[in-house]
Amino acid sequence: MANTIHVDIVSAEGQIYAGDASMVFAPAVEGEVGIAPRHAPLLTNLKPGEVRVQAPGEAEELSFFIGGGALEVQPNQVTVLADTAIRARDLDEAAALEARRRAEDAMQERTDKIELAEAQAELARAAAQLRAIERLRKKR
Amino acid sequence: MAVAKEIRSKITSVKNTQKITKAMEMVAASKMRRAQDRMRAARPYAEKIRAAIGHLRFANPDFKHPFLSERPVKILGIIVISTDRGLCGSLNINLLKATAAVIRGAEARGESVQVCAIGTKALQFFKRLKYPIAASATHLGDRPQTAQLIGTVKVMLDGYRSGAIDRLVLVHNVFLNSMSQRAEVAQLLPVEPTGAGELQERWDYIYEPSAAEILDGILMRYVESQVYRGAVENVACEMAARMVAMKSASDNAGKLIEELQLVYNKARQAAITKELSEIVGGAAAV
Repeated sequence: MANTIHVDIVSAEGQIYAGDASMVFAPAVEGEVGIAPRHAPLLTNLKPGEVRVQAPGEAEELSFFIGGGALEVQPNQVTVLADTAIRARDLDEAAALEARRRAEDAMQERTDKIELAEAQAELARAAAQLRAIERLRKKR
Repeated sequence: MAVAKEIRSKITSVKNTQKITKAMEMVAASKMRRAQDRMRAARPYAEKIRAAIGHLRFANPDFKHPFLSERPVKILGIIVISTDRGLCGSLNINLLKATAAVIRGAEARGESVQVCAIGTKALQFFKRLKYPIAASATHLGDRPQTAQLIGTVKVMLDGYRSGAIDRLVLVHNVFLNSMSQRAEVAQLLPVEPTGAGELQERWDYIYEPSAAEILDGILMRYVESQVYRGAVENVACEMAARMVAMKSASDNAGKLIEELQLVYNKARQAAITKELSEIVGGAAAV
Protein backbone atom coordinates (compact mmCIF):
# COMPACT_ATOMS: atom_id res chain seq x y z
CA MET A 1 0.00 0.00 0.00
CA ALA A 2 3.04 2.26 0.31
CA ASN A 3 2.90 3.43 -3.27
CA THR A 4 -0.75 4.26 -3.63
CA ILE A 5 -2.63 7.33 -2.59
CA HIS A 6 -6.30 7.65 -1.71
CA VAL A 7 -8.32 9.84 -4.04
CA ASP A 8 -11.68 11.45 -3.39
CA ILE A 9 -13.39 13.46 -6.06
CA VAL A 10 -16.43 15.17 -4.59
CA SER A 11 -18.80 17.85 -5.78
CA ALA A 12 -21.53 19.63 -3.87
CA GLU A 13 -24.07 17.37 -5.51
CA GLY A 14 -22.40 14.08 -4.80
CA GLN A 15 -19.34 11.88 -4.62
CA ILE A 16 -17.87 11.32 -8.04
CA TYR A 17 -15.04 8.94 -7.30
CA ALA A 18 -13.31 7.37 -4.34
CA GLY A 19 -10.47 4.90 -4.54
CA ASP A 20 -6.73 4.31 -4.56
CA ALA A 21 -4.39 5.52 -7.24
CA SER A 22 -0.73 5.32 -8.05
CA MET A 23 -0.77 8.73 -9.70
CA VAL A 24 -3.24 11.61 -10.06
CA PHE A 25 -3.12 14.45 -12.57
CA ALA A 26 -5.14 17.60 -12.10
CA PRO A 27 -5.46 20.92 -13.99
CA ALA A 28 -4.19 23.44 -11.43
CA VAL A 29 -4.48 27.13 -12.24
CA GLU A 30 -0.72 27.36 -12.71
CA GLY A 31 -0.38 24.34 -14.94
CA GLU A 32 -1.18 20.66 -14.70
CA VAL A 33 0.12 18.93 -11.59
CA GLY A 34 0.92 15.27 -11.19
CA ILE A 35 0.60 13.89 -7.71
CA ALA A 36 2.39 10.76 -6.64
CA PRO A 37 2.04 9.07 -3.25
CA ARG A 38 3.77 10.95 -0.39
CA HIS A 39 3.45 14.25 -2.17
CA ALA A 40 4.01 17.31 0.02
CA PRO A 41 0.80 18.93 1.35
CA LEU A 42 -0.57 21.21 -1.32
CA LEU A 43 -3.61 23.37 -1.70
CA THR A 44 -4.44 24.89 -5.04
CA ASN A 45 -7.31 26.04 -7.19
CA LEU A 46 -8.27 24.07 -10.26
CA LYS A 47 -9.37 25.34 -13.61
CA PRO A 48 -11.88 23.51 -15.80
CA GLY A 49 -10.31 20.44 -17.28
CA GLU A 50 -9.61 16.79 -16.88
CA VAL A 51 -8.63 14.99 -13.69
CA ARG A 52 -6.88 11.73 -14.50
CA VAL A 53 -6.54 8.93 -12.00
CA GLN A 54 -4.13 6.06 -12.54
CA ALA A 55 -5.44 3.15 -10.55
CA PRO A 56 -2.77 0.66 -9.46
CA GLY A 57 -2.47 -2.34 -11.77
CA GLU A 58 -4.67 -0.78 -14.44
CA ALA A 59 -3.30 0.18 -17.79
CA GLU A 60 -6.07 2.66 -18.57
CA GLU A 61 -6.38 5.95 -16.75
CA LEU A 62 -9.74 6.99 -15.39
CA SER A 63 -10.66 10.44 -16.53
CA PHE A 64 -13.13 12.91 -15.05
CA PHE A 65 -14.05 16.27 -16.42
CA ILE A 66 -14.46 18.97 -13.80
CA GLY A 67 -15.58 22.56 -14.15
CA GLY A 68 -12.93 23.91 -11.81
CA GLY A 69 -12.65 23.72 -8.05
CA ALA A 70 -9.95 23.14 -5.48
CA LEU A 71 -7.37 20.45 -4.86
CA GLU A 72 -6.13 19.42 -1.47
CA VAL A 73 -3.17 17.09 -1.15
CA GLN A 74 -1.94 15.38 1.99
CA PRO A 75 0.78 12.73 1.97
CA ASN A 76 -1.63 9.84 1.55
CA GLN A 77 -4.80 11.59 0.53
CA VAL A 78 -5.90 13.66 -2.46
CA THR A 79 -9.20 15.49 -2.40
CA VAL A 80 -10.64 17.16 -5.45
CA LEU A 81 -13.43 19.57 -4.59
CA ALA A 82 -15.10 19.88 -7.95
CA ASP A 83 -17.50 22.60 -9.01
CA THR A 84 -20.65 21.43 -10.64
CA ALA A 85 -21.37 24.75 -12.22
CA ILE A 86 -19.15 26.55 -14.67
CA ARG A 87 -17.67 29.46 -12.80
CA ALA A 88 -16.19 32.67 -13.97
CA ARG A 89 -16.14 36.07 -12.36
CA ASP A 90 -18.41 37.53 -15.02
CA LEU A 91 -20.85 34.64 -14.90
CA ASP A 92 -21.10 34.86 -11.11
CA GLU A 93 -21.63 38.59 -11.36
CA ALA A 94 -24.42 38.08 -13.89
CA ALA A 95 -26.06 35.49 -11.63
CA ALA A 96 -25.89 37.90 -8.70
CA LEU A 97 -27.48 40.66 -10.76
CA GLU A 98 -30.19 38.24 -11.79
CA ALA A 99 -30.92 37.33 -8.17
CA ARG A 100 -31.13 40.99 -7.21
CA ARG A 101 -33.42 41.73 -10.11
CA ARG A 102 -35.73 38.86 -9.11
CA ALA A 103 -36.03 40.32 -5.63
CA GLU A 104 -36.85 43.76 -7.00
CA ASP A 105 -39.41 42.32 -9.39
CA ALA A 106 -41.01 40.46 -6.53
CA MET A 107 -41.29 43.64 -4.49
CA GLN A 108 -42.82 45.51 -7.38
CA GLU A 109 -45.35 42.79 -7.98
CA ARG A 110 -47.64 44.53 -5.53
CA THR A 111 -49.07 46.62 -8.37
CA ASP A 112 -49.74 43.42 -10.28
CA LYS A 113 -51.67 42.06 -7.31
CA ILE A 114 -53.82 45.18 -7.24
CA GLU A 115 -54.45 44.87 -10.94
CA LEU A 116 -55.42 41.26 -10.47
CA ALA A 117 -57.85 42.14 -7.68
CA GLU A 118 -59.40 44.83 -9.85
CA ALA A 119 -59.78 42.46 -12.76
CA GLN A 120 -61.39 39.88 -10.50
CA ALA A 121 -63.84 42.42 -9.14
CA GLU A 122 -64.74 43.46 -12.65
CA LEU A 123 -65.25 39.87 -13.68
CA ALA A 124 -67.58 39.27 -10.72
CA ARG A 125 -69.57 42.37 -11.65
CA ALA A 126 -69.90 41.26 -15.26
CA ALA A 127 -70.97 37.79 -14.21
CA ALA A 128 -73.64 39.23 -11.91
CA GLN A 129 -74.94 41.42 -14.74
CA LEU A 130 -75.15 38.42 -17.05
CA ARG A 131 -77.12 36.47 -14.47
CA ALA A 132 -79.52 39.37 -13.99
CA ILE A 133 -80.09 39.67 -17.74
CA GLU A 134 -80.74 35.96 -18.01
CA ARG A 135 -83.31 36.10 -15.22
CA LEU A 136 -85.09 39.00 -16.91
CA ARG A 137 -85.23 37.07 -20.18
CA LYS A 138 -86.81 34.07 -18.49
CA LYS A 139 -89.47 36.23 -16.90
CA ARG A 140 -90.49 37.67 -20.23
CA MET B 1 -85.14 10.90 -3.64
CA ALA B 2 -83.74 14.42 -4.11
CA VAL B 3 -81.85 14.26 -0.80
CA ALA B 4 -80.34 10.88 -1.64
CA LYS B 5 -79.15 12.14 -5.00
CA GLU B 6 -77.52 15.14 -3.43
CA ILE B 7 -75.69 12.98 -0.93
CA ARG B 8 -74.58 10.63 -3.66
CA SER B 9 -73.01 13.42 -5.68
CA LYS B 10 -71.29 14.68 -2.56
CA ILE B 11 -69.84 11.24 -1.93
CA THR B 12 -68.51 11.14 -5.48
CA SER B 13 -66.86 14.50 -5.07
CA VAL B 14 -65.22 13.53 -1.77
CA LYS B 15 -64.04 10.32 -3.38
CA ASN B 16 -62.43 12.28 -6.20
CA THR B 17 -60.69 14.53 -3.70
CA GLN B 18 -59.45 11.48 -1.86
CA LYS B 19 -58.01 10.09 -5.06
CA ILE B 20 -56.04 13.29 -5.56
CA THR B 21 -54.73 13.41 -2.00
CA LYS B 22 -53.74 9.76 -2.18
CA ALA B 23 -51.86 10.33 -5.42
CA MET B 24 -50.11 13.34 -3.92
CA GLU B 25 -49.15 11.29 -0.89
CA MET B 26 -47.55 8.61 -3.01
CA VAL B 27 -45.73 11.09 -5.25
CA ALA B 28 -44.40 12.89 -2.18
CA ALA B 29 -43.20 9.63 -0.66
CA SER B 30 -41.15 8.66 -3.70
CA LYS B 31 -39.79 12.18 -4.14
CA MET B 32 -38.82 12.25 -0.49
CA ARG B 33 -36.68 9.17 -0.89
CA ARG B 34 -34.85 10.68 -3.84
CA ALA B 35 -34.36 13.96 -1.99
CA GLN B 36 -32.91 12.08 0.96
CA ASP B 37 -30.40 10.40 -1.34
CA ARG B 38 -29.32 13.77 -2.69
CA MET B 39 -29.03 15.04 0.86
CA ARG B 40 -26.66 12.23 1.72
CA ALA B 41 -24.70 12.78 -1.51
CA ALA B 42 -24.04 16.40 -0.55
CA ARG B 43 -22.50 15.46 2.78
CA PRO B 44 -18.93 14.40 1.76
CA TYR B 45 -18.27 17.69 -0.03
CA ALA B 46 -19.28 19.79 2.95
CA GLU B 47 -17.21 17.63 5.29
CA LYS B 48 -14.09 17.74 3.13
CA ILE B 49 -14.33 21.46 2.63
CA ARG B 50 -14.90 21.99 6.33
CA ALA B 51 -11.80 19.92 7.13
CA ALA B 52 -9.72 21.96 4.69
CA ILE B 53 -10.93 25.23 6.24
CA GLY B 54 -10.26 23.95 9.73
CA HIS B 55 -6.75 23.08 8.71
CA LEU B 56 -6.13 26.37 6.94
CA ARG B 57 -7.24 28.22 10.02
CA PHE B 58 -5.05 26.15 12.23
CA ALA B 59 -2.00 26.44 9.98
CA ASN B 60 -2.29 30.21 9.59
CA PRO B 61 -3.45 31.63 12.91
CA ASP B 62 -2.13 35.08 12.00
CA PHE B 63 -3.91 35.14 8.67
CA LYS B 64 -7.16 37.06 8.82
CA HIS B 65 -9.85 36.61 6.24
CA PRO B 66 -12.99 38.73 6.61
CA PHE B 67 -15.13 35.58 6.41
CA LEU B 68 -13.37 34.19 9.48
CA SER B 69 -13.17 37.19 11.79
CA GLU B 70 -15.96 38.42 13.99
CA ARG B 71 -16.92 42.05 14.01
CA PRO B 72 -19.57 44.07 15.83
CA VAL B 73 -22.94 43.37 14.26
CA LYS B 74 -24.97 46.28 13.00
CA ILE B 75 -26.72 44.60 10.12
CA LEU B 76 -27.80 40.98 10.16
CA GLY B 77 -28.16 39.12 6.88
CA ILE B 78 -30.74 36.34 6.82
CA ILE B 79 -31.13 33.70 4.14
CA VAL B 80 -34.41 31.85 4.44
CA ILE B 81 -35.07 28.65 2.52
CA SER B 82 -38.75 27.81 2.19
CA THR B 83 -40.78 25.72 -0.21
CA ASP B 84 -42.35 27.02 -3.37
CA ARG B 85 -45.67 25.31 -2.92
CA GLY B 86 -48.09 24.82 -0.08
CA LEU B 87 -50.05 21.75 1.00
CA CYS B 88 -47.22 20.64 3.23
CA GLY B 89 -48.65 21.01 6.70
CA SER B 90 -47.08 23.45 9.10
CA LEU B 91 -43.61 23.28 7.56
CA ASN B 92 -43.44 26.83 6.24
CA ILE B 93 -45.36 28.29 9.15
CA ASN B 94 -42.82 26.92 11.62
CA LEU B 95 -39.96 28.10 9.44
CA LEU B 96 -41.34 31.61 9.13
CA LYS B 97 -42.07 31.72 12.85
CA ALA B 98 -38.41 30.91 13.50
CA THR B 99 -37.43 33.61 11.01
CA ALA B 100 -39.67 36.15 12.72
CA ALA B 101 -38.04 35.25 16.06
CA VAL B 102 -34.59 35.85 14.58
CA ILE B 103 -35.66 39.19 13.16
CA ARG B 104 -37.26 40.26 16.43
CA GLY B 105 -34.13 39.23 18.34
CA ALA B 106 -31.94 41.24 15.98
CA GLU B 107 -34.17 44.29 16.19
CA ALA B 108 -34.22 44.08 19.97
CA ARG B 109 -30.42 44.26 19.87
CA GLY B 110 -30.66 47.31 17.65
CA GLU B 111 -29.49 45.54 14.52
CA SER B 112 -31.16 46.07 11.21
CA VAL B 113 -31.97 43.21 8.91
CA GLN B 114 -31.26 42.31 5.29
CA VAL B 115 -33.11 39.34 3.93
CA CYS B 116 -32.62 36.93 1.09
CA ALA B 117 -35.56 34.71 0.20
CA ILE B 118 -35.27 31.30 -1.40
CA GLY B 119 -38.65 29.81 -2.27
CA THR B 120 -41.87 31.68 -2.99
CA LYS B 121 -43.34 31.20 0.49
CA ALA B 122 -40.47 33.11 2.09
CA LEU B 123 -40.64 35.72 -0.63
CA GLN B 124 -44.33 36.34 -0.05
CA PHE B 125 -43.77 36.50 3.70
CA PHE B 126 -41.17 39.25 3.41
CA LYS B 127 -43.22 41.06 0.81
CA ARG B 128 -46.18 41.12 3.15
CA LEU B 129 -44.03 42.46 5.96
CA LYS B 130 -42.48 44.94 3.53
CA TYR B 131 -38.90 43.99 4.34
CA PRO B 132 -36.35 44.96 1.74
CA ILE B 133 -35.36 41.79 -0.08
CA ALA B 134 -31.74 41.81 -1.22
CA ALA B 135 -31.92 38.76 -3.42
CA SER B 136 -34.22 35.88 -4.16
CA ALA B 137 -34.40 32.59 -5.95
CA THR B 138 -37.61 30.70 -6.53
CA HIS B 139 -38.78 27.67 -8.47
CA LEU B 140 -35.71 25.59 -7.77
CA GLY B 141 -37.75 22.48 -8.43
CA ASP B 142 -37.27 19.08 -6.86
CA ARG B 143 -33.61 18.96 -7.82
CA PRO B 144 -31.99 22.20 -6.76
CA GLN B 145 -28.65 22.85 -8.39
CA THR B 146 -25.72 24.84 -7.10
CA ALA B 147 -25.81 26.95 -10.26
CA GLN B 148 -29.27 28.23 -9.32
CA LEU B 149 -28.02 29.46 -5.97
CA ILE B 150 -24.64 31.00 -6.81
CA GLY B 151 -26.02 34.41 -7.70
CA THR B 152 -28.29 34.63 -4.69
CA VAL B 153 -25.53 33.66 -2.29
CA LYS B 154 -23.08 35.99 -4.00
CA VAL B 155 -25.29 38.99 -3.32
CA MET B 156 -25.11 38.22 0.39
CA LEU B 157 -21.38 37.42 0.31
CA ASP B 158 -20.66 40.67 -1.51
CA GLY B 159 -22.74 42.44 1.11
CA TYR B 160 -20.61 40.87 3.80
CA ARG B 161 -17.39 41.80 2.03
CA SER B 162 -18.43 45.40 1.54
CA GLY B 163 -19.62 45.77 5.12
CA ALA B 164 -23.33 46.02 4.28
CA ILE B 165 -23.85 42.83 6.31
CA ASP B 166 -21.92 41.99 9.47
CA ARG B 167 -23.26 38.56 10.17
CA LEU B 168 -25.04 36.07 7.96
CA VAL B 169 -27.40 33.38 9.17
CA LEU B 170 -29.33 30.70 7.38
CA VAL B 171 -32.85 29.75 8.48
CA HIS B 172 -33.73 26.37 7.10
CA ASN B 173 -35.66 23.18 7.74
CA VAL B 174 -33.83 20.22 9.20
CA PHE B 175 -34.93 16.76 8.23
CA LEU B 176 -35.07 14.63 11.39
CA ASN B 177 -37.13 11.80 9.95
CA SER B 178 -40.11 11.45 7.69
CA MET B 179 -42.49 12.36 10.53
CA SER B 180 -40.69 15.35 11.98
CA GLN B 181 -38.87 18.36 10.62
CA ARG B 182 -37.59 21.31 12.52
CA ALA B 183 -36.72 24.88 11.60
CA GLU B 184 -33.16 25.75 12.54
CA VAL B 185 -30.95 28.80 12.48
CA ALA B 186 -27.33 28.30 11.48
CA GLN B 187 -24.59 30.88 11.28
CA LEU B 188 -22.90 31.06 7.89
CA LEU B 189 -20.60 34.04 8.30
CA PRO B 190 -18.28 34.53 9.98
CA VAL B 191 -17.48 30.83 9.68
CA GLU B 192 -17.54 29.34 13.14
CA PRO B 193 -14.42 27.47 14.13
CA THR B 194 -14.67 23.71 13.80
CA GLY B 195 -15.04 21.92 17.12
CA ALA B 196 -11.96 21.03 19.11
CA GLY B 197 -9.01 21.59 16.79
CA GLU B 198 -7.11 18.39 17.34
CA LEU B 199 -3.49 19.46 17.23
CA GLN B 200 -1.36 17.29 15.05
CA GLU B 201 2.25 18.06 14.32
CA ARG B 202 2.65 21.46 12.80
CA TRP B 203 2.77 21.44 9.05
CA ASP B 204 1.50 23.67 6.34
CA TYR B 205 0.37 23.37 2.78
CA ILE B 206 2.18 24.62 -0.25
CA TYR B 207 -0.19 27.19 -1.65
CA GLU B 208 -0.59 27.83 -5.33
CA PRO B 209 -1.13 30.67 -6.14
CA SER B 210 -1.51 32.20 -2.66
CA ALA B 211 -3.14 31.27 0.62
CA ALA B 212 -5.44 34.29 0.51
CA GLU B 213 -6.79 33.51 -2.92
CA ILE B 214 -7.38 29.85 -2.19
CA LEU B 215 -9.01 30.54 1.14
CA ASP B 216 -11.32 33.01 -0.54
CA GLY B 217 -12.42 30.46 -3.12
CA ILE B 218 -12.85 27.70 -0.56
CA LEU B 219 -14.82 29.81 1.89
CA MET B 220 -17.13 30.99 -0.84
CA ARG B 221 -17.75 27.42 -1.93
CA TYR B 222 -18.26 26.39 1.63
CA VAL B 223 -21.06 28.90 2.15
CA GLU B 224 -22.58 27.93 -1.17
CA SER B 225 -22.47 24.27 -0.27
CA GLN B 226 -24.21 25.00 3.04
CA VAL B 227 -26.99 26.85 1.26
CA TYR B 228 -27.22 24.12 -1.35
CA ARG B 229 -27.48 21.53 1.38
CA GLY B 230 -30.20 23.58 3.01
CA ALA B 231 -32.10 23.70 -0.26
CA VAL B 232 -31.82 19.96 -0.82
CA GLU B 233 -32.80 19.21 2.76
CA ASN B 234 -35.72 21.56 2.36
CA VAL B 235 -37.02 19.50 -0.56
CA ALA B 236 -36.82 16.37 1.57
CA CYS B 237 -38.68 18.16 4.39
CA GLU B 238 -41.30 19.48 2.00
CA MET B 239 -41.99 16.04 0.59
CA ALA B 240 -42.11 14.42 4.02
CA ALA B 241 -44.47 17.07 5.36
CA ARG B 242 -46.65 16.83 2.28
CA MET B 243 -46.75 13.06 2.57
CA VAL B 244 -48.00 13.26 6.16
CA ALA B 245 -50.46 16.06 5.42
CA MET B 246 -51.89 14.23 2.43
CA LYS B 247 -52.14 10.99 4.37
CA SER B 248 -54.26 12.61 7.04
CA ALA B 249 -56.32 14.32 4.34
CA SER B 250 -56.98 10.95 2.69
CA ASP B 251 -57.91 9.44 6.07
CA ASN B 252 -60.29 12.30 6.79
CA ALA B 253 -61.87 11.92 3.38
CA GLY B 254 -62.37 8.22 4.12
CA LYS B 255 -64.16 9.03 7.36
CA LEU B 256 -66.30 11.62 5.64
CA ILE B 257 -67.30 9.12 2.97
CA GLU B 258 -68.30 6.60 5.62
CA GLU B 259 -70.50 9.11 7.40
CA LEU B 260 -72.06 10.30 4.18
CA GLN B 261 -72.72 6.73 3.13
CA LEU B 262 -74.62 6.16 6.38
CA VAL B 263 -76.72 9.26 5.86
CA TYR B 264 -77.34 8.22 2.28
CA ASN B 265 -78.51 4.75 3.28
CA LYS B 266 -80.86 6.22 5.84
CA ALA B 267 -82.32 8.63 3.32
CA ARG B 268 -82.79 5.86 0.79
CA GLN B 269 -84.51 3.64 3.32
CA ALA B 270 -86.80 6.48 4.40
CA ALA B 271 -87.78 7.12 0.79
CA ILE B 272 -88.57 3.43 0.20
CA THR B 273 -90.61 3.20 3.40
CA LYS B 274 -92.53 6.28 2.43
CA GLU B 275 -93.32 4.94 -1.04
CA LEU B 276 -94.41 1.60 0.39
CA SER B 277 -96.72 3.15 2.93
CA GLU B 278 -98.19 5.33 0.19
CA ILE B 279 -98.92 2.25 -1.92
CA VAL B 280 -100.38 0.37 1.02
CA GLY B 281 -102.43 3.40 2.00
CA GLY B 282 -103.65 3.78 -1.58
CA ALA B 283 -104.64 0.12 -1.76
CA ALA B 284 -106.54 0.33 1.53
CA ALA B 285 -108.48 3.36 0.27
CA VAL B 286 -109.59 1.41 -2.82
